[in-house]
Amino acid sequence: MKVLVTVKEVAEVEEDFELDGLHVAEQFLEYDLNEWDEYAVEEAVQIAEENDDVEVVSVTIGPERADETIRMALAKGVDRAIRVWDDALEDVDLLDVGAKTRLLSAVVEEEDPDIVLTGVQANDDSFGATGVSLASAIDFEWAAVVNALDLDADGGVANVRRELEGGVEELTEVDLPAVLSIQTGINEPRYASLRGIRQAQSKEIKPLSLSDLGLDASAVESQLVLTDMYEPQTESDAVYFEGEAADQAAELATVLRDAGVGAQ
Amino acid sequence: MSDVLAVAEHRRGELRDVSFELVTAGAELAGDGNLHLAIIGGDVDAFAEELSLDGVDTIHTVAEGDEFNHDVYVQAVAALYEELAPTYVLMGNTVNGLDYAPAVAESLDIPLVTDAIGLENDGGLVVTREMYASKVESTVEVDADNAAVTIRSAEWEPTEAAGEPAIEAFDFELDESRVRSRVTGFEEVGGGDVDITDADVLVSVGRGIEEEENLELVQNLADALGATLSSSRPIVDNGWLPKDRQVGQSGKVVTPKFYIAVGISGAVQHVAGMKGAENIVAINTDPDAPIFDIADYGIVGDLFDVVPELIEQFE
Ligand SMILES: Cc1cc2nc3c(=O)[nH]c(=O)nc-3n(C[C@H](O)[C@H](O)[C@H](O)COP(=O)(O)OP(=O)(O)OC[C@H]3O[C@@H](n4cnc5c(N)ncnc54)[C@H](O)[C@@H]3O)c2cc1C
Repeated sequence: MKVLVTVKEVAEVEEDFELDGLHVAEQFLEYDLNEWDEYAVEEAVQIAEENDDVEVVSVTIGPERADETIRMALAKGVDRAIRVWDDALEDVDLLDVGAKTRLLSAVVEEEDPDIVLTGVQANDDSFGATGVSLASAIDFEWAAVVNALDLDADGGVANVRRELEGGVEELTEVDLPAVLSIQTGINEPRYASLRGIRQAQSKEIKPLSLSDLGLDASAVESQLVLTDMYEPQTESDAVYFEGEAADQAAELATVLRDAGVGAQ
Repeated sequence: MSDVLAVAEHRRGELRDVSFELVTAGAELAGDGNLHLAIIGGDVDAFAEELSLDGVDTIHTVAEGDEFNHDVYVQAVAALYEELAPTYVLMGNTVNGLDYAPAVAESLDIPLVTDAIGLENDGGLVVTREMYASKVESTVEVDADNAAVTIRSAEWEPTEAAGEPAIEAFDFELDESRVRSRVTGFEEVGGGDVDITDADVLVSVGRGIEEEENLELVQNLADALGATLSSSRPIVDNGWLPKDRQVGQSGKVVTPKFYIAVGISGAVQHVAGMKGAENIVAINTDPDAPIFDIADYGIVGDLFDVVPELIEQFE
């Protein structure tokens, strides 16, 4: 069995930042593995531990810089990695869902996995759509926002729970092959062991260009054009307590006490 | 002028709020064009009556199944799209929206924009959405004739005024062989011994607390105030507090007299669970954290400095 897990390196914006046209200026960005993908990676590794002969392959769309983040996934038990990048991607401000779907579909065609795990969303552009869009394109079944997974590979189904709003979970049977988008909290992502980190150094991260995937530049033409980026105007009409922590606390305490909170 | 096809949402016998918000957004987007509303599954006749609202031109009912099933939804929406040829398809950015909207767009080969907080339609579609955990807003122009869009919950006012749309049963043949998932049940997440929805005062802790052992600090604050401790999602994901303490879209909806958010950024899914609190207090190092947008009282500061001082005030 082969599990393909999508892994994105996301940029997080520091507290104080500046915009530079249609981007956050580079010096205010910190790169990390997308929070949701950490859980997807862990779930993939657990599938490999619980079943015989499972290979876990990760796929990333991203520049060479992402290798460092990918190594972390390799250190946690992913067997090998694929990284898709191309000069044609360099100038795309916003890679839309369609373009990501075309790239990942080509990888699926090459790798022929039985199950694909993605995160529910990426924390930077938060489209939350890649997994389900990919499933539709490659004709896999799917389930989004999965917070429990019981894989019955022999029976050809995945029994999942989907976390709906308001503390309600939906129990669903999904035919395999399938794409599952994984919600945070589904498992406890492990820390990489020293041995894992060492082993990761010798695992393969295979770079693939568009032509390697049998695609051309039209595959990454986005139908969405980013036209503006700005800091939202605060709508706050809060009363702010200023000064040292002790002063701030004293003022808040007065408000609370006047409302009868914490009054003995 | 653009025709719009909006897709209503329901669960376990009830229409969800986003259905009424979709009518508002859909009517705005359609302008002089037609707003079509699809109701798929459940008691479609009762739902159609409830959704006979101002701005809706035609309701199309698809009596197929009791509950949401994404395979059914994708097929039905695609068939309606073929039949009605709308310019835009509008859906909710809900958990079920995440489960079918991307497949609708992919199978119709039209671009998808999710989680819209603003829509403008003059000659082309321009969508406002957030990025980087709400720190940045962006506008996205759709470079295509048609598009699928999902709207954020509670961004548009629900339409309440009645209207007189035509109601038509849509003639639709489901391809059963392409229904490859089955919903077998629902479960409420089990309650523990603490009911945070019952509390007058909640001290709510977020990722700003950094380490599990620091939780003692906010627990002490809760004790000093006679309050109950709740949290944002990452605290529960980490296993530091049980699930019944989680406030938000996928946790509990709370309406206490005071909600004191400590080290919580105010992500939309969190705010969905606490915006109804009478008084919201935010303690956060980041003056631009979205939590301040809905706060009544704000302290820009380090929780590790402010919280001990606050505890002292009540000892
Ligand atoms: C389908 C779905 C459902 C979800 N459901 C929920 C839900 O029900 N509830 C929920 O909460 N989330 C939910 N989320 C997750 C949500 O998107 C956010 O990731 C989450 O709310 C962030 O939690 P946080 O504010 O604690 O953490 P962060 O966003 O990381 O914020 C931490 C905050 O702490 C501040 N901080 C850091 N250090 C300090 C300090 N020393 N003193 C003071 N402040 C400090 C930072 O400035 C920051 O604002 C859901 C997401 C999805 C996709």
